[in-house]
Amino acid sequence: MTDVVTGAAKSVETPEGLASVEAVLSMLAQSGYIATPEIATAVYLAHHLRKPVLIEGPAGVGKTDLARSVALGLDQPLIRMQCYEGLDESKALYEWKYGKQLLYTQILKDKIGHLVEDADSLDEALHKLNGFQDIFFSRDFLEPRPLLKAMEQSTGSVLLIDEIDKSDEEFEALLLEVLSDYQVTVPEIGTIAAQVPPLVVLTSNATRELGDALKRRCLHLHIDFPDAELEARIVRTRVPGISDRLLERLVAFIQAVRGENIRKLPSISETIDWARTLILLHADSLEPAMVRSTLNVILKRQSDIAEVSGKVEALLDSGDKAGR
Amino acid sequence: MERTLTRYIRALRSAGAGVSTTEAMDAARTVEVVGWEDRRVLKTALGTVLAKSVEEKAIHEQLFELYFSREAAAAAASEGQPGEGGDPDSGRPGEGEAGTDPQSGDAEGDEGGDPVEALSALARGENPGKMAMALERAGAAAGVDEIRFATQSGYYVRKMMEQMGVEALEARLMEALGRRDAQGQADAEALMGDRSALQKQTRAFVEARFEIYGRSAQDAFMNEILAERSFGALGRSDTARMRALVERMAKRLAVRHARRRKVRDRGRLDVRRTLRANAGHDGVPFDIIWKIKRKDRPKIVAVCDVSGSVAQYVRFLLLFLHALKEKVTDLETFAFSAHLADVGRPLETLPFETAMRAIVDEVGSGGTDYGAAFLELDRDFGEVIDRRTTVLILGDGRSNYSNPRLDVFKQIADQAKRLVWLCPEPAPNWGSGDSCLLEYRPFCTLLTQCSTVIDLERALDEILMAYD
Repeated sequence: MTDVVTGAAKSVETPEGLASVEAVLSMLAQSGYIATPEIATAVYLAHHLRKPVLIEGPAGVGKTDLARSVALGLDQPLIRMQCYEGLDESKALYEWKYGKQLLYTQILKDKIGHLVEDADSLDEALHKLNGFQDIFFSRDFLEPRPLLKAMEQSTGSVLLIDEIDKSDEEFEALLLEVLSDYQVTVPEIGTIAAQVPPLVVLTSNATRELGDALKRRCLHLHIDFPDAELEARIVRTRVPGISDRLLERLVAFIQAVRGENIRKLPSISETIDWARTLILLHADSLEPAMVRSTLNVILKRQSDIAEVSGKVEALLDSGDKAGR
Repeated sequence: MERTLTRYIRALRSAGAGVSTTEAMDAARTVEVVGWEDRRVLKTALGTVLAKSVEEKAIHEQLFELYFSREAAAAAASEGQPGEGGDPDSGRPGEGEAGTDPQSGDAEGDEGGDPVEALSALARGENPGKMAMALERAGAAAGVDEIRFATQSGYYVRKMMEQMGVEALEARLMEALGRRDAQGQADAEALMGDRSALQKQTRAFVEARFEIYGRSAQDAFMNEILAERSFGALGRSDTARMRALVERMAKRLAVRHARRRKVRDRGRLDVRRTLRANAGHDGVPFDIIWKIKRKDRPKIVAVCDVSGSVAQYVRFLLLFLHALKEKVTDLETFAFSAHLADVGRPLETLPFETAMRAIVDEVGSGGTDYGAAFLELDRDFGEVIDRRTTVLILGDGRSNYSNPRLDVFKQIADQAKRLVWLCPEPAPNWGSGDSCLLEYRPFCTLLTQCSTVIDLERALDEILMAYD
């Protein structure tokens, strides 16, 4: 346990990008991520309280992108772990390199004769061998998986645990040790504490309710669809070639569509895709016919497309009114 | 300042946001990091630490403004009096003790003037900061934070005014009224004006406190009452509250049953299969076979009587079932009165109230015929019922003396995993008049009265339990 204490007590210098909420905002802006004050505050607190951030919100609003941008802004490696049903510790924490262990056993087999040659009794032979036993379960044979890898980064890292809601509840329990103490326990070796606690970002699409224990350990950030002004800024950063007129109408239209009764609302990633599509098609304003033929970029369900395509003119008008 | 935070967390808790001790400690560290200065930053920062869901965020959003605008007023008030800090609780000047003493406690001792004069001056708003301080102090002494119901506010207003020494003012008022001269009348009027100004400000203070500490407690209490009230006795005004309640219960139920047990009944030997598998080894059990219980996903076929007598009950059953979507993905809904129709689609696509109207229009009013409905269910939709289906019937079993078609009902019951009948009527009425419930009863896995939302939750809990 001693190394745990020293590991946790090691003070971490605050990188420049995390010095204040404003600094976080500008750092994220430099890596191309337009953040709200809420997002910046969460990142700022995550570093200073040394707590993971749990981000919830609809798909495609930039949850995963936030982690990527933070890593880029801090110039730290991004270690990503995608969650899925059946994910377990051998894929998340560590695994023993079975092949290598087997190979070494073969080599040892040849050598073992030499080693126990001069031993008189079985007891003595065993005693001699005892000294070598642990080599098979040492760091050399340990294959680090994302969580352990994140603990081992000496420069600090951003650990992204993506779509935690897709994993099983057992895995959530496994995460608790990692997230609260920044350490991983390998029974054969001991506890490995993080040299520099990573900045942990968890994302969830809320397909299931997460456990209370996990939620209590995390800072909670809810990212929703952005308002028109923010969305326009985001699209402008991501699609620099877009004209002001098109951008304004496009964002107004998307905002109007989100007010409709459809199953899968378009999110920012769809807005960006659509903006790129329209530029490729050399459209410089939104015409109903053009909108109809490209609706499949922003809507992903046939019933939604049918619903919206009947209302394109009305939505364009209402969007225009709201825009003015 | 630490007290301020603790009290804010208490307010959050009483508003229904579960804040654990660790989170409270995190909040304290957060405040250390971001400081008290910038209220906007403080708000978002506390939001990330204390509120862990969208609902909790909404509570925080609302409560923060309520709480800290008051806090800010108190802090502004204390600025005039050095060495006090911004905490309203410890905010008494060093020399003034015994806040419960109505005469000296709040009459500004440092001015040394007449306590009634001082109180009047406060009421007239000559020193808003001091007034805010006096209110805080009287509020703390009167225990205003314990307020739970809006109707208690009169009591607390009076208690606080007494704390501030209104009795002396009233005594002087009576005396002035008794003097019966022009000067006396003028004095009395002035005092009366001061008194009502004081009352107005105190009332505003108490009402603000009610918003912070009491509102949600009152809400919880009303929900509790509503949960035990029969659906038939619900007024129009209760519907909105009821819908919110149903949604919350459904969520709770879904979470409770979300844990699909992976470990199937291990450790139970399947004797029959083991013997057969080892017949080749002369009966020596080399291969041992364990019993494995396969878990089905819940599949519910709800059949609802929507005739006038039961319609109100059906609304809430359907509301509940649809709120359970997260857990019960496989849900078929049928409604019947004179005849039967599949109503899953309108319920899914239309807003709930519109859908209910459309459904009642479609299946028509007129005499309910249970026998005909079961016949139609078996004939037209027989394939939706299989051995992992729970058939859930909601109705009073009053079939207008038509043929109950027990043969068809038995067939449905045999086909399904379980058959649960929820009846809005109490058990003694079953079988009376045109009710065929007792005839249907032998084929039901469970027949139970269901007239309140609590009954409903219990019944659905029981149904889902069969799939855990």
